[in-house]
Amino acid sequence: MTLKPSQSVYPVTKEAEHEAECILAIIVDNEPGVLARVVGLFSARGYNIESLTVAETDEAKHTSRITVVTRGEPSKIDQIKLQLGRLVPVRRVIDVTQEDDALQRELALIKVVGEGDIRVEAMRVAEIFRARAVDITHSSFIFEVTGARDKINAFIDLMEPLGRSEVSRTGVLSIRRGVTRD
Amino acid sequence: MAAADGSVNPEQNTVTTEKASTALNTKLVKAGAELLLDALEEQGVDTIFGYPGGAVLPIYDALHRRDTIRHILVRHEQGAVHMAEGYARSTGKPGVVLVTSGPGATNAVTGLADALLDSIPLICISGQVARKLIGTDAFQECDTVGITRACTKHNYLATSTQALPGIVHEAFHVATTGRPGPVLIDIPKDVQFEEAPYTPASAARKRSSMNAPAVNPRQIEEAVDLMRHARRPVFYTGGGVINAGPQASVALRGLAKLTGFPVTSTLLGLGAFPAADPQWIGMLGMHGSVEANHAMHDCDVMINIGARFDDRVTGRLDAFSPTSRKIHVDIDPSSINKNVPVNVGIVGDAGEVVTALAEEWRRREKKEVYNSTRINDWWAQINKWRGVNCFHYQKSDTVIKPQYAIERLYELTKHRDDVYITTEVGQHQMWAAQYFHFEDPNRWMTSGGLGTMGYGLPAAVGVQAAHPDALVMDIAGDGSVQMTMQEFSTAVQYRLPVKIFIVNNAYLGMVRQWQELLHDGRYAQSYSEALPDFVKLAEAYGGVGLRAETPAELDDKIKEMIETPHPVLFDCVVTKEENVFPMIPSGAAHNEMLLGGDVTGDEIDKEGRKLV
Repeated sequence: MTLKPSQSVYPVTKEAEHEAECILAIIVDNEPGVLARVVGLFSARGYNIESLTVAETDEAKHTSRITVVTRGEPSKIDQIKLQLGRLVPVRRVIDVTQEDDALQRELALIKVVGEGDIRVEAMRVAEIFRARAVDITHSSFIFEVTGARDKINAFIDLMEPLGRSEVSRTGVLSIRRGVTRD
Repeated sequence: MAAADGSVNPEQNTVTTEKASTALNTKLVKAGAELLLDALEEQGVDTIFGYPGGAVLPIYDALHRRDTIRHILVRHEQGAVHMAEGYARSTGKPGVVLVTSGPGATNAVTGLADALLDSIPLICISGQVARKLIGTDAFQECDTVGITRACTKHNYLATSTQALPGIVHEAFHVATTGRPGPVLIDIPKDVQFEEAPYTPASAARKRSSMNAPAVNPRQIEEAVDLMRHARRPVFYTGGGVINAGPQASVALRGLAKLTGFPVTSTLLGLGAFPAADPQWIGMLGMHGSVEANHAMHDCDVMINIGARFDDRVTGRLDAFSPTSRKIHVDIDPSSINKNVPVNVGIVGDAGEVVTALAEEWRRREKKEVYNSTRINDWWAQINKWRGVNCFHYQKSDTVIKPQYAIERLYELTKHRDDVYITTEVGQHQMWAAQYFHFEDPNRWMTSGGLGTMGYGLPAAVGVQAAHPDALVMDIAGDGSVQMTMQEFSTAVQYRLPVKIFIVNNAYLGMVRQWQELLHDGRYAQSYSEALPDFVKLAEAYGGVGLRAETPAELDDKIKEMIETPHPVLFDCVVTKEENVFPMIPSGAAHNEMLLGGDVTGDEIDKEGRKLV
């Protein structure tokens, strides 16, 4: 068993652990306050939430799926998963990043304001990213783009010098490939 | 009913009536308040600690009409929760609290947080304003579920009367299974009035937080391997053993006897292993014994059973037990590897795991007899540490030393087998842990995790309510006891003869000690300039007040206290500036303990000061 560093306030000589992004899919009973419980746990214990998506996914069983993107060393991620497991309405915690090739998708709407050459360039980049223009005026576009988080991040970065003025993102959705069920 | 020919068939008649009444039962509707009490009765509740108010009046009305559940009227809701904690800790059953909405619920918060950190099973029922008023800033409305989310294991807002009985049953399940804890049920007033059928416990949904897996036999083998090869082993036991029930303490004693290993315990675990046993090396941690802390530091195999590597126990983490391989048994998987990385982490009930360890040990014994001389050198070393006599203090003929007071309290009561001790928080708590000794579990009730001053007096009332004939003593401090002093009135009202033994040094002693060690003796706000006359205060409440000021009169006064069949406030006037030793200064390791007499004032470095 590997030794893991501590969460304590006392000084600990930290072995350098690699901090990484982690996507957790949390299957919960869809009842009032359940999101507050999950989010409250993250803030109370000082964990990060980089993005959050939630909706009811199984009407018959009254379960919702909360997808959280967080960051931390492996030991911290383990601790987050175990702490989530202590919540009564939490049925399962799936570490999507541990799965071989889980699908992850995010949708973003990006407004770009500009005229002339940069407008053409924006359109060209959008084509490469397979982003659709869903609203057009003579001086603006709104692009809709879906894909993995990295792709969305890259697209948003590229639009920055091209007049990017507003961004709205859904947060990550994820699902495991194949026949596995949650 | 008469048959057509005018004759009556009595047999058939009975059957019909029975059928009718069963059908009636399943369809029988009752008000929410009645359903709540039915569910509490089904869960075996005999005592509720509570305080009425507008939003729980229907429940009080229902209580008034039945005599199955005794209600203890407190003076402040915090007191109710601590009483329920005392009740729960001394009986092993969940304690039940009933409070009103708004301030009733917010006053209960401290007690709930206390129960959460010390893993005490509680059910707190709070009233709420009627559903249609929720969110309107109604009178005595607060977001109880929101406020208590972080200080309960789980909480509920009963949004319908139909769901209420099921919620109550699930709440008991959540509170008592896995790692126990407090559960709150918030019941809007109109839900208490509305009528619905009852749901028996057998038909209720019972979720709990992720269940602990069955004990893993491979891990048990691994653990026993480490134990049998150890040269310097130590059992580090905690409150988990107490929470796992008396059979876990029996199992622990068995395993200790089997192995011959030394046993130490956290503050909350005292009593799981008998203090009179030669293998007992005392409490560990910040104010633990020299032998226990040195054993923790120097051991090569540490077996943690039901403790959680709290910072008061580990001290400086990077110097914590550097040479040991660690086995950690905990029912909560999130406790394992949280603060201290371990080699074998076993998730499970302390009693079950200890039993499995003992079985595995015996199985190995058949193949190869354990050579108990392996640990002879270790015991020789431990006995050397014992020789330091770390709890030694300067005795006095003229003034009462606080340590002496507790020693006498112990000596004069140790022949009894019905002694229960609660404490407040501070120096007296540590002295109680050091100088009072426990042979059995569930006899020692103290606020460990949250460190709640004002815990002991109401907790003692709760213990006494569960054990009316026992000797229940609160070892208190003059500061702490004033935080919940009003509950003395509760003790008087219900003729619960608790003994409140105040170790009165006229200081917030632990604060003063830290100011002496960390802040060059600038005693900011730690001197009690205006203490009440505790004897008169006791009399004002209708109890008995006693005072001892010299060692010569102490024994007689203590005997008088024990013989008094009424609640007693005992004002034991002790030396003002005594410190608790030994002590691991903050930021230091287990083998860097301070003993009484070697304090110069610069033991704690700059970094240590920040740690508290």
